[in-house]
Amino acid sequence: MAAPLSVEVEFGGGAELLFNGIKKHQVTLPGQEEPWDIRSLLVWIKKNLLKERPELFIQGDSVRPGILVLVNDADWELLGELDYQLQDQDSILFISTLHGG
Amino acid sequence: MVWQVLEGLSRDSAKRLRFVPGVVYVDEGAACGRSPADRAHTVAEMRLLLQAVGFPWHVVTLEEVFSLPPSVLRCFPQEPVGAVGTYKVAVDSYLQQQHALGPERAGGSPIPAQEGERAGQPCSHDPRGLAGPQPAAQTEALSQLFGSVKTLTAKEELLHTLRTHLILHVARTHGYSKVMTGDSCTRLAIKLMTSLALGRGAFLAWDTGFSDERHGDVVVVRPMRDHTLKEVAFYNRLFAVPSVLAPAMDTRAPEKASIHRLMEGFLLRLQVQFPSTVSTVYRTSEKLVKAPRDGRATGPRCLLCLCALDIDASDSATAFGAQTLDFSQTQPPTPRAEAGSPTEVGSAQDCCQGAGPCRRDDPRARVMEQLCYSCRANMKDVPSFDLLPPYILAEAQLRSQRASQDIQECLVEDSAEDSLTAET
Repeated sequence: MAAPLSVEVEFGGGAELLFNGIKKHQVTLPGQEEPWDIRSLLVWIKKNLLKERPELFIQGDSVRPGILVLVNDADWELLGELDYQLQDQDSILFISTLHGG
Repeated sequence: MVWQVLEGLSRDSAKRLRFVPGVVYVDEGAACGRSPADRAHTVAEMRLLLQAVGFPWHVVTLEEVFSLPPSVLRCFPQEPVGAVGTYKVAVDSYLQQQHALGPERAGGSPIPAQEGERAGQPCSHDPRGLAGPQPAAQTEALSQLFGSVKTLTAKEELLHTLRTHLILHVARTHGYSKVMTGDSCTRLAIKLMTSLALGRGAFLAWDTGFSDERHGDVVVVRPMRDHTLKEVAFYNRLFAVPSVLAPAMDTRAPEKASIHRLMEGFLLRLQVQFPSTVSTVYRTSEKLVKAPRDGRATGPRCLLCLCALDIDASDSATAFGAQTLDFSQTQPPTPRAEAGSPTEVGSAQDCCQGAGPCRRDDPRARVMEQLCYSCRANMKDVPSFDLLPPYILAEAQLRSQRASQDIQECLVEDSAEDSLTAET
């Protein structure tokens, strides 16, 4: 049973265009059975934050290739990518390096 | 890139760069269909940023292509280096490409103390910038031009061409001898594959190499080509490099909207599974050599991209030659070509020598015959050449007149008869 988490989700490089232009979102993730990881965070974002064109941000299970993910200013590849378990007060940053937003 | 140049020019750095840079920003809002208020907002943000940087800066709008002189399409020989005392280098920050990097805008970004000492350098306001709202006619003409282009691929290519010409003009006007663009390794790998798909295989070395001297006096260099986009993004984030986001033509376009988007998606997807993809493509591009075709150093150049023409119009045995013949024969007769129509059938064989009078009278054909293969393919998606900026059409006319003069001097009697039938 995971306690509710408070994390900061930030978007840059054009990705914020899919989220009404708002770059920083302070979100509180509700408590749930399994601990929160990036995979479930993405599902949550898709359901709650993503306003339009989900295929431009999420592809299948993961983010679209070309979108960088930084957790606490560190590359998510070093932390296990989708399996990284979120901690309270983490900062997740999605930077789009794609031309088309 | 601008930030790195700033760092390089600061007094603290071990190897100090020795050039005087300026920054140019091209406002392409009209081509993307943005409202004037949005564009003014972006330009204002950009101005704040550029003022903070401290270099002389220029803001130009894409509408200014309508006032460019035809000389921008000519290749001038390189000027001697010692002509102006110290050589100047222009820094062209494609901030629109770099908009993908750097999440935060400058709030109070720390400006190094050295900048204050260099304030003696004139931080000139832009003489050619937006003094006020652009003439609405030019904005309208530009939106019409881009609105009439059928495919996004052709639009992007046209935008790239016009932007290049405009920047070249700014560089020449202000005396800059080099233009630095911020193309990263990833972008260049994508560009290489896209160029192959568009038929620019002959010019890959110029399009993706470190230096591009096709314009003669102004050299385009790509100093960031060793860095991947990921590195640049991390750098921007960790050093809090301010940035401005300007939506471009292809923002929010679906993946298969254009060849550029498709290739980008393809390469980036491959990169996820095979992390050496981008670097492999990049290394391959480094091996490309700029050898002139058939050993000829000088020859006719494409009107738009200014590369040496890669087509042999007189060779009708090739598929391309046959295509060119078909093209001239299926042209709808324009009023001016009526005089040439009786000779049209007979001079079909002359067309492949490029001296056929029927072609000369048709402005569209006249422009098309001076383009390289990929520019021709792109221009096929532009239905009306009348909407193109006048400098392109003027230069096309000038070149075809010059070419026909040259040919007529060489040919003996046939040319006199041909020109007579064209006049009648």
